[in-house]
Amino acid sequence: MADILSPLPGIFYRKPGPDKAPYVNEGDHVDVGQTVGMVEVMKQFTEVRSDAAGTIDHFHIEDGGTVNPGEAIATVSEG
Amino acid sequence: MAFEILEPGLATTVQDRGRFGYYNVGIPQGGAMDALSAEMANALAGNTPAEAVLECTYMGPRFRTDDAAVIAVTGAPVDVKVNGGARGEWSRLELDAGDEVSFGILRGGTRFYIAVRGGIDVPVVLGSRSTYGLGGIGGLGGRPLRAGDLVPVGNGAAPDGSEPPQEIDPGLRPVFEKEVSVRVMPGLYDHRLTARGMETLLGATWTLTPVADRTGLRYSGPEVEWEPRQQPFGAGSDPSNIVDAGYAVGSIQIPGGKEPIVLHRDAVSGGGYAMVATVISADMDLLARSAPGTKTRFRSVSMDEALAARAHQRSLRARLWGSGD
Repeated sequence: MADILSPLPGIFYRKPGPDKAPYVNEGDHVDVGQTVGMVEVMKQFTEVRSDAAGTIDHFHIEDGGTVNPGEAIATVSEG
Repeated sequence: MAFEILEPGLATTVQDRGRFGYYNVGIPQGGAMDALSAEMANALAGNTPAEAVLECTYMGPRFRTDDAAVIAVTGAPVDVKVNGGARGEWSRLELDAGDEVSFGILRGGTRFYIAVRGGIDVPVVLGSRSTYGLGGIGGLGGRPLRAGDLVPVGNGAAPDGSEPPQEIDPGLRPVFEKEVSVRVMPGLYDHRLTARGMETLLGATWTLTPVADRTGLRYSGPEVEWEPRQQPFGAGSDPSNIVDAGYAVGSIQIPGGKEPIVLHRDAVSGGGYAMVATVISADMDLLARSAPGTKTRFRSVSMDEALAARAHQRSLRARLWGSGD
């Protein structure tokens, strides 16, 4: 298990745009460096990427939720 | 020599003590938002207080130096890494040519500072090297750093006379707290609030929102009550509107009576919102250190108290530079 941490405070989005599909869903496979969402702060959107390869087990932050630096956004089951 | 920027961080800018004397034509003072932390970084690097440093917001850069360098990192608590190995903040760090510097995830606060002996050597614009992003002047191209930038570093002559400090005494370092009390002076437009409105401003606990940058910081909390009046010609229709006036750095406006905004060092110089109180100069750094979510109370002080706080801060700085008070 590995947590994907937010490097930033701000608002977390799971989709690249309001009408778009989520970057990934629970149960999906992710690769190292794959974008799983983005954080908005200071009018900038920063992509959050996975440091691990595996399956997204669970999102801890909902779409539109607030995150703090170092907070776990999602957990990945490695392998 | 230069630092090659491999990753720029979120909003890394060149800042010095600021660009004074042009607010009347709309160009703000700018400068490091947490001025004391920036000054301490310069002291450690063996600079004067005037050299330009890098201000890093939330997410720091990753960079490589092309020559040996003396640097120091101060401000918000963050892991400093040189070639992947852990190093400390608040102390002098020696780099070799080719060394790579990177940072971990912030553990509190918002901004940290990187000083390098010789200073960041970008051109001086209107008396300052500070980046004013909204105006596109100063710093490196008038903008935050980008990947691939070569950030010029000045010739780092060893400081003359006294040896610079190896580290900043823990008792002198600024603290980065989740709850802060910020001193304000009511005015210039405090008469626009009812007595109850002013009680709300000074009595409530305000929470810093993520809507906070070099221009200003927005807080959430209760709604304040305005004195009813017929809005004068030239003022907008909302009771928080006034006929346009000059804004003081640190002034607090409350558009619509909700979510006060404190203007910081890159703020516009005027507009049409009533400034109900103004943060004293000695406490401007406190705002710059606050992370979103920080519980903030505004405490009213007199002009004498504000001036005493300013004098106290000057004497602390004088001690940092070894010149007593």
